[in-house]
Amino acid sequence: MATDAIIDVRNLTKRFGDLTAVDQISFSVGAGEIFAFLGPNGSGKSTTIRMLCGILRPTSGTGRVLGFDIEREGEKIKRGIGYMSQRFSLYEDLTVWENLEFYAGIYNVPRTRRRERLEELVAMAGLTGRERQLAGQLSGGWQQRLALGCAFVHQPRLLFLDEPTAGVDPISRQEFWTLIHDLTRQGVTIFVTTHYLDEAEHANRIGMIHLGKLRAAATPAELKRMVHGRLLNIACDAPFEAVAILQTMPEVRNVTFQGNDVHALLTDEGAEETIRNSLRQGGVVVHDVQPITPSLEDVFVSLIAGAE
Amino acid sequence: MISRLLAMVRKEFIQIRRDRRTLAMVLIMPVMELLLFGYAIDTVVDHLSTMVYDEASDVESRALIAAFENSGYFDIEGYALSQSELVEAIDAGRAKVALHIPPRFGDQLLRGQQGNVQLIIDGSDPNVASTASFAASSVVQARMAEITAASLERRGLGRAAAAGIDLRPVVLYNPTMSSAHFMIPGVISLILLFQALILTAFAVVRERERGTLEQLIVTPVKSWELMLGKVLPYTVTAATATILTMLAGWILFGVGVAGSLLLLGALSLLYLLGSLGLGLLISTVSQTQAQAMQMAMFFMIPSILLSGFMYPRETMPFAIRQLSLLTPMTYFLYILRGIMLKGVGLRFLWPSVLPLALFSIAVFALSAKRFQKRIA
Ligand SMILES: Nc1ncnc2c1ncn2[C@@H]1O[C@H](COP(=O)(O)OP(=O)(O)O)[C@@H](O)[C@H]1O
Ligand SMILES: [Mg+2]
Repeated sequence: MATDAIIDVRNLTKRFGDLTAVDQISFSVGAGEIFAFLGPNGSGKSTTIRMLCGILRPTSGTGRVLGFDIEREGEKIKRGIGYMSQRFSLYEDLTVWENLEFYAGIYNVPRTRRRERLEELVAMAGLTGRERQLAGQLSGGWQQRLALGCAFVHQPRLLFLDEPTAGVDPISRQEFWTLIHDLTRQGVTIFVTTHYLDEAEHANRIGMIHLGKLRAAATPAELKRMVHGRLLNIACDAPFEAVAILQTMPEVRNVTFQGNDVHALLTDEGAEETIRNSLRQGGVVVHDVQPITPSLEDVFVSLIAGAE
Repeated sequence: MISRLLAMVRKEFIQIRRDRRTLAMVLIMPVMELLLFGYAIDTVVDHLSTMVYDEASDVESRALIAAFENSGYFDIEGYALSQSELVEAIDAGRAKVALHIPPRFGDQLLRGQQGNVQLIIDGSDPNVASTASFAASSVVQARMAEITAASLERRGLGRAAAAGIDLRPVVLYNPTMSSAHFMIPGVISLILLFQALILTAFAVVRERERGTLEQLIVTPVKSWELMLGKVLPYTVTAATATILTMLAGWILFGVGVAGSLLLLGALSLLYLLGSLGLGLLISTVSQTQAQAMQMAMFFMIPSILLSGFMYPRETMPFAIRQLSLLTPMTYFLYILRGIMLKGVGLRFLWPSVLPLALFSIAVFALSAKRFQKRIA
């Protein structure tokens, strides 16, 4: 167990009746890291965050956040973290300033410092001049940054962001990530969940979760190396037939269309030559076969395919 | 700790101020309900269409008919020529009330004999029936008193002796039969129950719907701070609405508080505690405001029907009357009418105060416990 870890989790499990929402996951997050929890809807991301924040009791397993036990020291954890819930949960009938002021009161930001701190946050979120606007009248991107400001009002060392960019336009998403990187430069650790694969590239490390199981936890580069050389781009004259043929081959773990081309993921036994031969025998004219650098999506697909 | 509670309360007040629906509920609904129940029910009961069969047709009978008409409760619809015609008018619904004055009515009165006047009332509406019989007997009593006083005066005895016949207090504590007297305590107990309950429940459920509740749970806010943060603001709004209702009742209907204001305030707070508790309880089992509303209605409707707010409990069948002892509004309404109209104190009210206190404290304790468990 890493002693300097901000988050350290062992065999964490949560069951809701028959459903195992989080299944024996173990990982740790170091100080100053951006750790992205990547997985489709319903894979157990929010459930994990809730357990880490001390508001949901694990069925089994242990975890420490900021050195506190998630089961017994939830109150201490709550004081030290910032949390942005799945939908940016702002008070829409309160102004930007009132929202911030409310959380400043909740986190007991000293009165003498409050004004100064709130002004800092307004500037950080790029909301200068909009202090008196109702939160409900802000666009998605502004709301998202205000929510981040609210979660960061007490300058926590650790921020949990649950799908902070869901439903926000691409430019706002970009700006948001810039903001996140700024925060990590101040030494803040970020635990962020997302189902956008491209977004996870911003993270130092990625945990890939599917159906409650953590399939991998590594840097983006490491993850890609896990599939490197085994992913082929095939250009041919009859992609549909090619896919039909490839699907029957035991050496091929997964096949997908990529535009007019076909991506094939090979098992360890698979080889480029066997693929070419099989396709030729099936009457498909192969123009080109190239090993390609996998995207995170390919990695994810391969990890899931491997598990099934 | 104080900082967190203060932040909660402040935020809630800002939201109350910005939400038209809540504001309307606090500021407009009390007066509207008062007008609705105060006036609407008044007009139902007075100006009853009345059919007259005047066999005597003398000075005294005409004076009695005039007295009926002047009371405001009866509108003389027409004159019948037979008893059967009277009954028919009621059967056909042309009249709610029929008055039959026998022949030689005036003669009998002059000779000091009993003047027998028959009153037939359409009993299909119990409100109408009771009002009509009360009003008619008041009119008759008043008329009798006048006649007696006049005759006694003629014989040289002073007015003092005449007072012995005056049997007016048929409708105790509500001499003018104004329904406002009954309605104002009713409206207050309704507001304290409904408004506190629904606003508290909404305030919590709205945060659940918006997701802000989940956000709050991950902050260091304690569940009791959250609870007080909801309860305190709505105590203030309920108190405001109550004071408004009482002021309106006083200005519009002249109904003041006969008894102790302090006692009234204290017992209202006790009752309010129960309402707030019910609101919290509802908030722990509702996911949406619509569900909360439904559940609130589940408490409201029996309260309105059984407490004596709409229908006098005295006329209810025994079993229903026992059932009415299960709603706190029954006790509070009794207490409120006691303090406001009769001016009585704890010495008479304790049999109602006790079950009310029991209910309020139990419900609040239960809801507080459930709230802590559900939120934490
Ligand atoms: N309170 C709950 N009761 C029952 N099932 C739940 C509860 N919370 C989540 N789940 C289920 O657990 C699974 C994981 O949910 P969640 O952690 O919200 O996924 P994600 O955040 O990755 O979309 C889902 O199948 C969801 O329906
Ligand atoms: Mg989620």
